[in-house]
Amino acid sequence: MQPFLTLTRRELAAYFLSMTGYIIIAAAVFLMGFSFVVLLEKLQMEPTPMPVTEVFYITQFFWLILLLAAPVITMRLFALEKFSGTLETLMTTPVSDLQVVMAKFLAALVFYAIMWLPLVACLLVVRHYTSDPTAFDFGAVGSTFLGILLLGCVFISLGCFASSLTRSQVTAAMISLVFGATLFFVGVLANQLPLRPGWQAQALDSLSFFEQMHDFARGVVDTRPVVLYLSLTGFFLFLTLRVVESRRWK
Amino acid sequence: MSEALMIEVENLTKRYSGHTALSNISFTVNRGEIVGLLGPNGAGKSTTMRILACYLPASSGTVRVAGLDVYHDSDEVRRRIGYMPENNPLHLDMRVREYLRFRARLKGLSRKRTNERVDTVMQQCDLTEVSRRIIGQLSKGYRQRVGLADALVHEPDLIILDEPTIGLDPHQIRAVRQLIKDLASSHTVLISTHILPEAEMTCNRMVIMYEGTILAADTPENLQRLMSGKGQVLAEIAAPVEDLRECWTQIPEIEYFDVSPAEGDYFRCALTPRDGLDLRPLVFNLARERGWALRELTRNRHSLEDIYVQVTRPDEEEEL
Repeated sequence: MQPFLTLTRRELAAYFLSMTGYIIIAAAVFLMGFSFVVLLEKLQMEPTPMPVTEVFYITQFFWLILLLAAPVITMRLFALEKFSGTLETLMTTPVSDLQVVMAKFLAALVFYAIMWLPLVACLLVVRHYTSDPTAFDFGAVGSTFLGILLLGCVFISLGCFASSLTRSQVTAAMISLVFGATLFFVGVLANQLPLRPGWQAQALDSLSFFEQMHDFARGVVDTRPVVLYLSLTGFFLFLTLRVVESRRWK
Repeated sequence: MSEALMIEVENLTKRYSGHTALSNISFTVNRGEIVGLLGPNGAGKSTTMRILACYLPASSGTVRVAGLDVYHDSDEVRRRIGYMPENNPLHLDMRVREYLRFRARLKGLSRKRTNERVDTVMQQCDLTEVSRRIIGQLSKGYRQRVGLADALVHEPDLIILDEPTIGLDPHQIRAVRQLIKDLASSHTVLISTHILPEAEMTCNRMVIMYEGTILAADTPENLQRLMSGKGQVLAEIAAPVEDLRECWTQIPEIEYFDVSPAEGDYFRCALTPRDGLDLRPLVFNLARERGWALRELTRNRHSLEDIYVQVTRPDEEEEL
């Protein structure tokens, strides 16, 4: 357990030891700010029955953050260590491969969560200046963040996997961006297509992150996407572990 | 298997896709020895070390460290090894002390022990004054010492250093060598190098590798005797060529010789003795008697390249 915690701390600290972490957070805040402006304009024009979190959600910048942040956060996890050779010093300490994978995943996830914190500030601003006390519903905010975190698990575990495949950070980011965007657009596409019965439609439908996240933003926590996200995360982490282990295959 | 053996390598073979990096090598290292793996680039030194450090698996053969198999008891072996890979990769964004603390904790040392050990190794490796500096801003010599300190921090039985002095200036090289020598009292050390004098100076025993095989394993003195030709002597003398040739032919101790013109009036004579005799006093006395000017007189120390040529192609070398 001790090596795991030590490694998690180191991985998390690494984001703040260089500019990378601050740049990612700044970019995310920039996009959140855009979202916020769009949101305020909407609220000025007409009253809406939607919770603030949902209005936030349907601005496209929100998705941009979700899709772009994970690849950038995760790209260095394995790729940089492979490139600089520190993976060799890491793997020759008494740390298990599973500990390494989990520590890196956890550190990236924590950083991802930190990156989203400024959103709370945006929501508080809305709350401060609105006359309607129901505009800021703690339940809806909670479920939005739960959704953000769960979806983050999926994209970050995917990013871990991509990073473990290559020595180049750019390649890692590209792989996870392409796969992440594909997963996302499959869901969007499923929504655009006319409803057809059959398992294909159902399968596509169950992958529609966009709609599922919409539910979270509305304050609806459905167990099906929760299970889906957690199992996808498990799947990608398993793949990552296999790639890391493959070095020791005979 | 004896307790005195630190490393046992038996019939180790490592194949990468396409080529064989190590073919069927065997050697042992006793506790408390400093052993040098010597060989040109691509000889298989790093591969051997990586297998010993549990980073790569062997294709076949067994490797044991302190009686434990590196594949099956990998965790336990890793606890006992301090390994510094080639080019000494470090986290350049961390500070020296922070990095060493991180590595010590990663290797499972308790908080208290970590503080003690980090202080000790920083003193040992002369890092105390840079403890707050960022590793990326340190000179190569300091970085190398950080790598060494990392290898030492958990008090391993066996220390494996892959090319510890590569890229350092002569002063730093001396410091690192001295450090390695100091380690010998309490640790077993395996280092790799392609510089013969380095292995000669620091090691009790040398294992010479070439293209994935072991050519020789012995003490530096024995190897030197075995390999530095037969104690060839080089002399630069200003004298008529004919005299020189005649003179060398008459001396029975000289097996064969070669005279070639050097700068000025001097001629360069390469003299190979019979039975490894030291010809230097003889040449000196001769020059004095005949009044020849003598400007250089050295016993040929073979460079590693020469030795390789010699060991891998002994027949051709003899014809030269």
